[in-house]
Amino acid sequence: MSDLLIRTENLVKTYQMGEIQVHALRGVSLEINKGEFVAIMGASGSGKTTLMNLLGCLDLPTSGEYYINNIGIHEITPTELTKIRNQMIGYVFQNFYLLPRTTALENVELPLLYRNKMSHHQRIRKAIEALTTVNIANRAKHFPNQLSGGQQQRVAIARAIVNDPMFLLADEPTGNLDTRTSLEVMTIFQKLHKEGKTILLVTHENDIARYAQRLITFRDGRIISDVPNKNPQNAEYDLAHLPKLPGDEE
Amino acid sequence: MSIIGIIRIAFKSLARNKTRTFLTMLGIIIGVAAVITMLAIGQGAKKIVEDQISSMGTNVLMVTVNFTRSTTNVRQAAGSGTLLELDDVFAIRSQVEGALYASPVYNSFAQLKFESQNWRTGIMGVDTDYFYIRNMNTEKGELFYDSDVENGTKVCVIGKTVADNLFGDIDPVGQIIRIRNIPFTVKGVMESKGQNVMGGDQDDSVWAPYTTVYARLLGRRWRNMMIVVSAVSKDRIPEVQQDILELLQNRHRGTTSEEFLVRSQTDIAETASKVSDTMTILLASIAGISLLVGGIGIMNIMLVSVTERIKEIGIRMAVGAGKRDVLLQFIIEAVAISILGGFIGILLGFGASAIVGNAMDWSIAVTPFSVLISVGFSMAIGIFFGWYPASKAANLNLIDALRYE
Ligand SMILES: Nc1ncnc2c1ncn2[C@@H]1O[C@H](COP(=O)(O)OP(=O)(O)O)[C@@H](O)[C@H]1O
Ligand SMILES: [Mg+2]
Repeated sequence: MSDLLIRTENLVKTYQMGEIQVHALRGVSLEINKGEFVAIMGASGSGKTTLMNLLGCLDLPTSGEYYINNIGIHEITPTELTKIRNQMIGYVFQNFYLLPRTTALENVELPLLYRNKMSHHQRIRKAIEALTTVNIANRAKHFPNQLSGGQQQRVAIARAIVNDPMFLLADEPTGNLDTRTSLEVMTIFQKLHKEGKTILLVTHENDIARYAQRLITFRDGRIISDVPNKNPQNAEYDLAHLPKLPGDEE
Repeated sequence: MSIIGIIRIAFKSLARNKTRTFLTMLGIIIGVAAVITMLAIGQGAKKIVEDQISSMGTNVLMVTVNFTRSTTNVRQAAGSGTLLELDDVFAIRSQVEGALYASPVYNSFAQLKFESQNWRTGIMGVDTDYFYIRNMNTEKGELFYDSDVENGTKVCVIGKTVADNLFGDIDPVGQIIRIRNIPFTVKGVMESKGQNVMGGDQDDSVWAPYTTVYARLLGRRWRNMMIVVSAVSKDRIPEVQQDILELLQNRHRGTTSEEFLVRSQTDIAETASKVSDTMTILLASIAGISLLVGGIGIMNIMLVSVTERIKEIGIRMAVGAGKRDVLLQFIIEAVAISILGGFIGILLGFGASAIVGNAMDWSIAVTPFSVLISVGFSMAIGIFFGWYPASKAANLNLIDALRYE
């Protein structure tokens, strides 16, 4: 049995903006194995988010094929798609996207609510577990507006992992965070990776990409390079030695 | 996901925005309370009407000229049309087999005077039969006799209201009152009968021999009158009605059967309860409109709430909410608002009905039927007006919803 988790075949996404066609993806073929930690790089507008949305089943391609575990996503029903979003994929957004006026715990509980056959007690237990994994269980009763950006992103990661998905997609998860909190978040991703999670992470910062094992670079809706990172950095170590790091490059 | 789960989500959403939820509910609360109260008032009125009609007496028939029927209205008012005559009364007595009693009724209005007290009220000129027909009796004193009618004696019996207003603590029996300055001896005070169908006081009346009324008060001018008849038994009422109509037609040459009305107590009861039903429907429809407005309010707020929560909907969909989940969540929110509002409205309606009942001294009853109707109606309103915003929410495009700012 192969370790192949994700396979895309010539994915094309074209947006129609009135008269103009925007070619966001111009044929992306990609294979990702279980347990990989991939960073997707590229300039703004190169199609990274579009790819993530397709991989996350949030959107459908204009053409091309997409398989998760050999299930053809392009040929299943909306109901099955909903189920895949809920149970196979964990999505972390740049802007966290937590529900306002809803506690951290309830936010994390959310994906479990859309799952059948789970008692209230079970849900709470799983949500607390996920919050503990990302070190934020002590803020369970807080509302998003009572949390810092880094804390909100950790809650969002807890929400992404609570259903024990097959892989995590993170679209610029550190884009709105300062260096220190970015490192905290990357520490968590590395920890999750070590525990066996497959992770795809979009970033346009080289500093962040250094923590992944494989680097894919996009330009104009195409992959222009796909190389292994022979020497991934340790985020936890860097966090501990933060003063020695160069300041924000951007 | 399970319905219970969606219900939980919907209630959490409502609880998160209590003020908005309550304001949305307000329309339904007021609407339902109005419907309940209006139905209760309508039912109360109907009950009163029914009580009063049965107090009119049993097997009673009322014979009148049908004024509503013809264009000869004006002629009749001028005295040249068909009118009932005293001889018609005697003819009914002697020729209609199933008629037990018959009495003419002359209606007049006059100023009464006792010592320094004045009172204006209706005077009815009747035969002694009238009291049997209407099943009336005196509380004090006695009724006048046939001989009083024959001789045109200036005697009368008075209702309780008249007695109270003219005499106060004095015993009216044997006293002399002046009706249009003509002295009448009060022979008795009638038992109280309460209000009549139209809400008028049946005790605010004076009854005197029709001969006296005709000669003294109406100045022997030929006036229109009414005849009241009682049938020997209930099941002979239709027969008696028919016989009277035929008799009158024969006696008044050139008339059609439509020119007279012989109405039984059930006819009157039916008309009256039709009137009060119509009134109830009217009241309830007006209240129903406010319920409808409440429903539109729900739709309004739900639409705003969908727009406000586009991002939330996108997030929910991204973590695994299906179209159906979103649709149900918003419908349940709308239905919960309307049912909860309906429930509060029912309580308020009970309160308002009790207050109105107290103020008007009616026995106002909130029926299970009206509660059922309001609950059903408010639920339907929730589903109906919740559907559109909910389907709008459910049909949002996931990516667009997520990107919405
Ligand atoms: N919903 C959309 N409608 C139209 N054009 C879009 C839409 N989403 C993205 N695009 C366009 O597609 C291209 C790729 O966008 P995106 O995938 O967001 O790039 P990145 O995430 O790498 O910055 C851009 O030119 C962008 O303007
Ligand atoms: Mg992007």
